Amino acid sequence: MFFLTHIWLIPLLPAFGAAMMFFFGRKLQKTTINTVCVGVVVLAFLFACGAVWQYTDFAHDSPGKPYQTIVYTWLGTDTGQMNYVMRDGKPAPFQADVGFLLDPLSGIWLLFVTGVGALIHIYSTGYMAHEGGYYRFFGYLNLFMFSMLTLILGNNYALMFVGWQGVGLCSYLLIGFYFHRHSASTAANKAFIVNRIGDAGFLLGMFTIAWYFGSLRFTEVTHLARSGHFAIGDPIITAATLLLFIGACGKSAQIPLYVWLPDAMEGPTPVSALIHAATMVTAGVYMVARSNALFVLAPTSMKTVAIVGALTAIFAASIGLVQNDIKRVLAYSTVSQLGYMFLALGVGAFSAGVFHVFTHAFFKALLFLGSGSVIHAMSGEQDMRNMGDLHKRIPITHWTMFIATFAIAGIPPFAGFFSKDEILWQAWSSEGGAYRLLWFVGFITALMTAFYMFRLMFLTFHGRPRMSHEVEHHIHESPKSMTVPLVILAVCAVGAGWLGWPHSIGGSDHFAKFLNPVFAHEARVFQEEGKTAQLAAGEREEEHTSPIEYGLMLLSVGAAVIGWGMAWRAYRHADKGYVEPIAVAAPPLSDVLYNKYYVDEGYDYAFTGRRKVGDVRLGVMGLGEASSWFDSHVIDGLVNGGGWITRASGSLSSWFDKWIIDGVLVNGPAILSRMMSYPLRLLQWGLVQWYALVMVMGLVGFVAYYAWR
Amino acid sequence: MAPIGTLHYLVTAAALFILGVIGVLTRRNVVIVLMSIELILNAVNLNLVAFSRLWGLNGQVFAIFVITDAAAEAAVGLGILIAFFRNKETVNVDEVDLLKW
Repeated sequence: MFFLTHIWLIPLLPAFGAAMMFFFGRKLQKTTINTVCVGVVVLAFLFACGAVWQYTDFAHDSPGKPYQTIVYTWLGTDTGQMNYVMRDGKPAPFQADVGFLLDPLSGIWLLFVTGVGALIHIYSTGYMAHEGGYYRFFGYLNLFMFSMLTLILGNNYALMFVGWQGVGLCSYLLIGFYFHRHSASTAANKAFIVNRIGDAGFLLGMFTIAWYFGSLRFTEVTHLARSGHFAIGDPIITAATLLLFIGACGKSAQIPLYVWLPDAMEGPTPVSALIHAATMVTAGVYMVARSNALFVLAPTSMKTVAIVGALTAIFAASIGLVQNDIKRVLAYSTVSQLGYMFLALGVGAFSAGVFHVFTHAFFKALLFLGSGSVIHAMSGEQDMRNMGDLHKRIPITHWTMFIATFAIAGIPPFAGFFSKDEILWQAWSSEGGAYRLLWFVGFITALMTAFYMFRLMFLTFHGRPRMSHEVEHHIHESPKSMTVPLVILAVCAVGAGWLGWPHSIGGSDHFAKFLNPVFAHEARVFQEEGKTAQLAAGEREEEHTSPIEYGLMLLSVGAAVIGWGMAWRAYRHADKGYVEPIAVAAPPLSDVLYNKYYVDEGYDYAFTGRRKVGDVRLGVMGLGEASSWFDSHVIDGLVNGGGWITRASGSLSSWFDKWIIDGVLVNGPAILSRMMSYPLRLLQWGLVQWYALVMVMGLVGFVAYYAWR
Repeated sequence: MAPIGTLHYLVTAAALFILGVIGVLTRRNVVIVLMSIELILNAVNLNLVAFSRLWGLNGQVFAIFVITDAAAEAAVGLGILIAFFRNKETVNVDEVDLLKW
């Protein structure tokens, strides 16, 4: 059980690589950097394989039993010194530790994160070979792997949040890798700030859970949630899950916090592949999947997740239809596919959602790396309008990307078909008529996905060459370090789906079986809820008959093929100056889509307060300006006011001291004495006989007094 | 005429006392003032002796003390007078006004 007991090595290896780069990177040779940074990630992958292999042994008798090892108690102690009172009045023995949890869910994530991560690291040695800041890139990449692995393997929300923040930081560092480019640094800021908004939600959700359940450990929270102690629809759990979902929206680019992902394409392509396709953006999905027990107790949250997911899917797909930058298309595609994953989670099909994450990681990483290969061949050109007819010149890139395109479009037997189809089937068959609408949204999105992906392929690789002659001469296939990972990923894009070959067409669905212990209870509860709600609403129970499933499967494939066909018609023979069919058919729609529904401009107006569009001034200040005004006038005013009060009281004290204490109490008697002395000293004339007279007069007085007594 | 009794002595002593006081207060010459002070002391002596006839010898003993005291005082007074005269060349008591404010 070496790999299990030493599971903490898995995040630590890339951390070591990052530390090496931090301290010594500047002085190291490229080959050394390669060995260290790529080596640690490959090692992490091997360790991960070992850990999952040993886990299957460990959980042999009780499948799904989580393996937990606690390395170090971080917050709270055994004696409960951080006791606080939970909601139901009992003191909470709060403890958050640096501990690692391995169960089927985190096992799957672990494998593909380290696997795809290792392949991307290898790819980057080729892609970044001629770039400056080589050691910095790999240092950040390793730091990212460390954070992501902490996120996945953490056994409580607090440690997950540490990883969450770490990946956000690395995203910022890597998007802004070419920091001397203004657009890149702005995009990095945007990513981090929008992420942060999500993080606020995550934190609040985490606090609510800690207050309500008294613990942040996943095992304990899940156990409490499953215990039946809490009613379904519990408002506090609904609030907590909605807040957590806001965090997921920020990290996994759902509406309304998706705006950072397209701009994040400013970073180098391996970064887009690793962070913004395969790993970081799936962190939100992981978090929701991990909290499935909580979400199931809050049907409102589930509905929200499903609706937001579906909306995001179709929204992003529609924008991707008309984008010209090859990486932008893929970015919107990522947002759209993430929408599918949340749709799956929202309808209670947790393992289908996780399955789609798994397959998506492979084909999306492949697409991004392939696009990087294309950009490399085209000497940095990213605009598809200037590409074309590359399929003979860069064949490996072409074929691997084609495989990935088939996968994402959902054409069997490639990977995406199985996962996407499973999601759509689950959406249709969830109890309740409204879910059919979600299926329809997913269906239309699948059609759009196929269309824009094949559009990308045809514009890039087919048609007439539309590039300048200089660029044309330099077109060359990428080096082995880049093409080998592409091929490996292509194999995975083909085969990964077979792990979840559904029962209805004769498979044994290993994937869902593996995840069964994690999700089965929740899926059942969700189905029960749906049934009860439906019976209450008077609808009859839906029968899960196979014919409908086959029918839906055929429809999905049909949608993909139709999309393929439409793209073929429009773009297969695209020449210089080709026209977009959408632009021809509905120009205003094309404008709106091309400008991303003006969402960025809208956010600008509302929050950042940009008030001049061209020369037009609009309205009053945005939210950002208002907040900043509030901060500098009200809050700082209070602070300054406090300072002013202190100084005023100081001068009051000093006045009091000078005039009253010194003046009245100290100088007063002195002045009084002196004033009294003025008349009194006049008695001293210096005449001796006068003094004698006074004495005699006193004597006479005495005598007279006694004589008359 | 009645026999000379204590009253006669007391009146005489009082008269001498008053004369002495008037001398101290009125005379301009410091020497005369000192002489007047001697007169006062002698009046007191007379008073003391007159009463000692009635109440025992204490009065006479005290009178001896007073005489001694008067002698010492005259000596000191004259010493002050001489010192003053050496400074100011005058024995006019009006000129003794150095101790005013």
